[in-house]
Amino acid sequence: METVKSEAVIVIKDLVKAFGDKIILDGFNLTVEKGSNVVILGKSGSGKSVLIKCIIGLLQPDSGSIHVFNGNIPEMNEDELDQARSKIGFLFQSNALYDSMTIRENLEFPLLRHWVDIEKDEVDRLVNGALEDVDLLHTLDMMPSELSGGMLKRVALARTMILRPEVILYDEPTTGLDPVTSREIENLILKLQKKNHTSSIIISHDMNCVKNTADLVVLLLEGKCYAEGTYAELEQSADQNIKQFFE
Amino acid sequence: MTLIVRLKQFLDETGNVARFTGRFFSAGIKPRYESKELLNQCYNIGYLSFPLVGLTSFIMGLVLTMQLRPSLVDYGVESQLPVMVGLAIVREIGPVITALIFAGKIGSSIGAELGSMKVTEQIDAMTVSGIKPFKYLVATRVMATTLMLPLLTILGDGISLFGAYLGVNIRSVTSIDLFFLQVFKSLDFSDVLPAIIKTLFFGFAVGIVGCYKGFNSSKGTQGVGISANSAVVLSSVLIFIIDLLAVQITELLGLN
Repeated sequence: METVKSEAVIVIKDLVKAFGDKIILDGFNLTVEKGSNVVILGKSGSGKSVLIKCIIGLLQPDSGSIHVFNGNIPEMNEDELDQARSKIGFLFQSNALYDSMTIRENLEFPLLRHWVDIEKDEVDRLVNGALEDVDLLHTLDMMPSELSGGMLKRVALARTMILRPEVILYDEPTTGLDPVTSREIENLILKLQKKNHTSSIIISHDMNCVKNTADLVVLLLEGKCYAEGTYAELEQSADQNIKQFFE
Repeated sequence: MTLIVRLKQFLDETGNVARFTGRFFSAGIKPRYESKELLNQCYNIGYLSFPLVGLTSFIMGLVLTMQLRPSLVDYGVESQLPVMVGLAIVREIGPVITALIFAGKIGSSIGAELGSMKVTEQIDAMTVSGIKPFKYLVATRVMATTLMLPLLTILGDGISLFGAYLGVNIRSVTSIDLFFLQVFKSLDFSDVLPAIIKTLFFGFAVGIVGCYKGFNSSKGTQGVGISANSAVVLSSVLIFIIDLLAVQITELLGLN
């Protein structure tokens, strides 16, 4: 087994993923340090979502390794994968809230399945706490269809956080939201990261979101890590492929 | 599209359904069991289908009796009407019609529900939360359809026979005691048991096809419609195929 640095929570090496003849990821490498926010920047269709779906094990890469907490995701069996997933949160672009359940049930659902012996009072405390964190305690008994896009995103964020993950993967968290709501979501991401000491990979092409949340920006181009650095470093780059994102 | 391509697609699909069925058995056997969700599905699939099954069964019994009477009168065996109707309902028409109604209502609903969960990434959301969606969504629904259809068939048969009793009384007067005495006298263990056993397989087919189509839905909302529709079509065809096999098997076992 490859040696993984103790402070690194995710180490991706030579990741390759193709759909038929179309190569999406072509030897992608990335290291995410504990407590940092890494933003993956890239054009639509560049493979950003494929990358985080490989990290969470929703897609099986063709080759390469994805070490999360020292376990290689592509080599894990179903039970090991479930164990690893309990430490990884995933915020879907579409929110993916269970539309037949109330907000309370949406948040209770993962809790009751992971912690079988958990007391009802403890469940209530965690659900209320998670909703308080996103200022939506009043929506507890509402259905997802009754909430606005920004509220749905915040509830989805609360559901992602409720299992206290150590790593969170955000799939375009501000796409489709107005600038004010986007800013609220960005602030929430930062607030919850600070509170829970999580590490994150954020997929985005919203440059405000990138600027406000990124400790490290990675540009994904033609399936590879084309450039990486802080927002300020990449902003000053003369490379046309990088510049086009900052113009 | 060439015949070979179509044949390949058919074989691929058959293989995928077989694999999906195998997954159901492995997921169903392993703990932890989703008993609360199973009860919830039994309520949704069984209890909430009862009014529709009851109504169609009642009409079926009544119409069947009214249609059969003239033929029996021609042969001078009108008195055998309860026996004829009873045998037809219990052995064949009751189980098959109930299963077809069930496929239309439940097969489409499972296909559409799981299909919509699939395209809105709700199934992926369960997976990434470390919850096994196959166990939670598929195993519970297939178990519920398998358990509920025999119960609905028994209830439907009873209501159908009551409809038949009213049908008999449109043109003549027969007491309810005499009607049911004639029906039950004509029925044998070998008439009832195979008919109920085959409904277990009908229910299983409706559940597994609905879940398979929903779970493998794609192409957005259009895909959800396709899943619901193809779930009904395929499970209805399977009901007839299973019925055909059941008749052959009962004949081989000397139960006919």
